[in-house]
Amino acid sequence: MSARGGLSPFSVTALTLGFAFLYLPIVILVIFSFNESRLVTVWAGFSTRWYVALFQNQQIIDAAMVTLRVALLSSTLATILGTLAGLALARFARFRGRTLFTGMIYAPLVMPEVITGLSLLLLFVSLDWDRGYWTVTLAHATFSMAYVAVIVQSRLVGFDRSLEEAAMDLGAPPLKTFLVVTLPLIAPALLAGWLLAFTLSLDDLVIASFTSGPGATTLPMRIYSQVRLGVTPEINAVSTILIAIVAIGVSVATLTQKRQLVRRRREEALARRT
Amino acid sequence: MNGESRAERRRRLLVVAVPYLWLALFFLAPFLIVLKLSFAEVVLARPPFTPLIELLDEAGNLYLQVRLNIGNYLLLFSDDLYLRSYLNSLRIALVSTAITLAIGYPMAYAMARAPERARALLLMLVILPFWTSFLIRVYAWIGILKNEGLLNAALTGIGLIDEPLVILNTDWGVYIGIVYSYLPFMVLPLYASLEKMDLTLLEAAADLGSPPWKSFWSVTVPLSLPGILAGCLLVFIPAMGEFVIPDLLGGSETVMIGKTLWAEFFNNRDWPLASAIAVILLLLLVVPIVLFQRQQAARGSEFGK
Repeated sequence: MSARGGLSPFSVTALTLGFAFLYLPIVILVIFSFNESRLVTVWAGFSTRWYVALFQNQQIIDAAMVTLRVALLSSTLATILGTLAGLALARFARFRGRTLFTGMIYAPLVMPEVITGLSLLLLFVSLDWDRGYWTVTLAHATFSMAYVAVIVQSRLVGFDRSLEEAAMDLGAPPLKTFLVVTLPLIAPALLAGWLLAFTLSLDDLVIASFTSGPGATTLPMRIYSQVRLGVTPEINAVSTILIAIVAIGVSVATLTQKRQLVRRRREEALARRT
Repeated sequence: MNGESRAERRRRLLVVAVPYLWLALFFLAPFLIVLKLSFAEVVLARPPFTPLIELLDEAGNLYLQVRLNIGNYLLLFSDDLYLRSYLNSLRIALVSTAITLAIGYPMAYAMARAPERARALLLMLVILPFWTSFLIRVYAWIGILKNEGLLNAALTGIGLIDEPLVILNTDWGVYIGIVYSYLPFMVLPLYASLEKMDLTLLEAAADLGSPPWKSFWSVTVPLSLPGILAGCLLVFIPAMGEFVIPDLLGGSETVMIGKTLWAEFFNNRDWPLASAIAVILLLLLVVPIVLFQRQQAARGSEFGK
């Protein structure tokens, strides 16, 4: 019983230190983006000058637009492909080449990025495709579809199939059953997968550096080349904006999911009563 | 019945074939090209490598010439730089994995034993940093670890040290960067295996007179082994090929294989050598990657039951 009670002093210490380690660097980064001084270690008063400078930096803005376009398209592609792959993994226990298939789904999750980047670049070169916006998009869709597949698979595994069977028994054709019953039920997983694919694409430096070409410099590539020259508050400002976007996205997704869950519980309770 | 099963089969084929072909083209085929290119020679051209197979026409006679250059591999095993890069990567990845486990286990344990209401929030707090940019999180440490950075300012401020600690541009910077970036990957699988543990086993051990630390070692740790394995693999494998962290936080002394591959490709434009480096790295990682896949597949079918 005692193990299930409140937090022990040991647990409180472990969690406090652990979360301080995880969050302090991010908090410091955000704070110093509002620093008046160019020095990133001395606080010289609150200022938004680095944000103003940022919006006048055409290179950064261009890179941000490229990144946004790549992320939107690649995450959508990854969601479609990953959902199909997740369905295949969860629903079809046996098909020819399943071992290879599962291997190709799980390997990208841990594959060092330099290898993925190099191999995709060599593919694009041997296909004689011009490197740029499209090649980065295809590369991102490929490595993030694995994440979507895993998320969708775990959602499908805990899924009540009797609902689908009921729809089929009532005469719904398979495609309609999928669209009307299955899809809405796995929608939270699709949303989570899409968001994850989006942020993975937003975030990627290594694979983009290999597969990108002239005119398609992404934001992480731009940030990286500036970081190599030294720490500047402008980069802190870009980072803060990115963190804010992700934080808002994740909170919206979590809230929608929670609201859906509450609604479903209420409907289930209602259904039981009638 | 027969017609329906045929339609069913067709649907099945469609669901499987699209992602299958995609991955075969964009994930599997590229590895074969890397393998092929690792046997090519570097030339000053576009693209900067020689073809392996050529059709030669010499005085009316046609020759199909296959030229495999094993010089890249010989270089990897004779030049000290590459050997050192592989060994350094191995050492840094192993040490960082151990540190991550040492920090992650207590966190995951505390989360799994926390009141049920708090768990969702704690889980969210672990996942959230994973959503923020990797590059930015590594960048954040530069300002902290620099000689005139925040950590040294704080430590000298409270009088703990007189001389600034040199952490940035050393192996320690890389350790901190890897542990920090990959900690969520360690905590999540550990939490998953600790959370579903049957606590009555611990009660039974206590009833039989086992002191808590002994129960921990003989009950909790063995039961969380799958989580430990998954977490360690999720940290170790990507850390082996890490580029961004050693590049930004490590010094010129900290050679890691990801960094060496990057330099061969982007600075020396030696694509064949970069490919050979990738092939050997992949060979080193085959065992851990297969272990990881086995475990993931087992987990998937476990859920299926």
